[in-house]
Parts: sequence; structure tokens; C-alpha cells
Amino acid sequence: MTITLNNRQENFFGQEMTIAEIMQAKSFHFRMLVVKLNHQLIKREAYATTLVKAGDRLDIIHLVSGG
Amino acid sequence: MTYSTKISEILSVKTAGIAGAGGLGSNVAAALVRSGIGKLIIADFDTVSLPNLNRQFYFAAQTGMKKCNALKENLLAINPLARIEVHDCRVTPQNASAIFSECNIVVEAFDSAEEKSWFAEYMTGHFPRIPLVMGSGLAGWGGFERLKIQQADNLYVCGDQESDALPHAVLTAPRVIMVAMMQADTVLGILLKELNYDHHTE
Repeated sequence: MTITLNNRQENFFGQEMTIAEIMQAKSFHFRMLVVKLNHQLIKREAYATTLVKAGDRLDIIHLVSGG
Repeated sequence: MTYSTKISEILSVKTAGIAGAGGLGSNVAAALVRSGIGKLIIADFDTVSLPNLNRQFYFAAQTGMKKCNALKENLLAINPLARIEVHDCRVTPQNASAIFSECNIVVEAFDSAEEKSWFAEYMTGHFPRIPLVMGSGLAGWGGFERLKIQQADNLYVCGDQESDALPHAVLTAPRVIMVAMMQADTVLGILLKELNYDHHTE
């Protein structure tokens, strides 16, 4: 499937993946994240159960300390 | 009417919120006052200390002062007519709405990833129409080419999203101020959208 991940087209095997699986595939391992799927904020508890399908828009932002 | 007149006219009626007055917040505030923003609403609980002076917009004589009061003093030194509202408190989910709900745009300038995280969720959930300009990934030095701005709807994140200030990295003036200026520039870009002015082609 092809999705828009952080404003770029990305291909993944399979027709559906959870957000947690996509994070693992892309090695997104940071502790603090902001995740939006099709413009909806997704809570951390739902990463492992929320399905991403072809054509979806997924935004994953890493938050690290310093300000 | 000249572009600069139009720009002042648009900015003079805008209010920007700044959550945190450390390295990011204090420098963003200075840039926005110089740009002619109508009003700033700044919240911070902290006190100016000597180690802050390597990157934050404060002066040696101000150590021991509350940051929000010291920053107001410095911003008024730039423009005595600037409208600066300060809140001497820690921003929490209980007071964030009362402090920032009237803003046209809000800048996140907290220190810790945990604070950035709840604030992003809170503002995105409660005020999806208010653009939120965050900073993430600004520790150390070098690697300027990795600094970026990521946009997801009304959320804008400036920084490299990887150089963590914890546990060992240091915060230095050039990189912190550069990300602060990316935030300030993003604020201007959003507030001046209605101007429809593309300086790259004119």
C-alpha cells in the first residue's frame, strides 16, 4: 500500500498495518511523539490498534527536550 | 499602500501566545516585537539564572528576576509601546485555555519533551483552529542542514526532531536561536498569509 507519511509518499507491504507496525518498520523509536492519522490526533494507547490503509495520511512528529 | 505599511497593519492587530520564556520563547518574543506584533501573551514560572545567559534573551543584571518580568522589561526596551501581557505561572492543562484562547497563534517554547507532548495534544484537541508552532530538536551545534519545519494541519514543528537536550547534550546560542527564529519566521508566514506576497518572485 502507498500512504502519505510526513508529507511524502511511502510504500509498505500489505494492505493494512497498525501505526505501531509502521513505526517499527520506519524505526521511529522516540519516546515522545505526536501522531495524526487523516488529521485526527491518535493517542499513544491506540498506536497498536489503529489501522492505516492505502491512501491514508499519517503524520508522526518526534518531540525531544530542549527549549 | 506599500507592503511594509500593509504588513504593520496586519501584524498590529494580531496576538501571539508564547508558552515558556527560555531559550526559544525569549528569542521568539524579541523577534515578534521587532516585527511589530500587536500583542504578546507570555507565560513562564521560572527565574533568570546565570547559566541561562548563554542563549536566552536576558542580561546579567537580571539574574534572580522572574523571567516573565525580565522579558517584559527587555521587550519594552525594544519598543516602549509594545503590548506585553505576562503570566507568572507554570502552564498546565488547567490554565492553558484561560491564558491562550484569545491568541491568533501560539508558540510552544517549553523545555521538556513531556511538556511539549501534553501541550501539543491539548492545543490540537481544544483549539484546532489556532496554529501551534513548536520547537523540537535544537541541542548541540552544527548540522544546520538537518533543521526543518514539519507541518501537520495547524501544527508546525521547527527543529531536527532528534538532537535531545537530555541527558548530556548542551544547548548553545546559535542553534537554539536559529530554531527560535524558524519559529518566529513561521509565525510571520502564517499571520501574513492574507497578504499574498511572494518575495521570491518580486
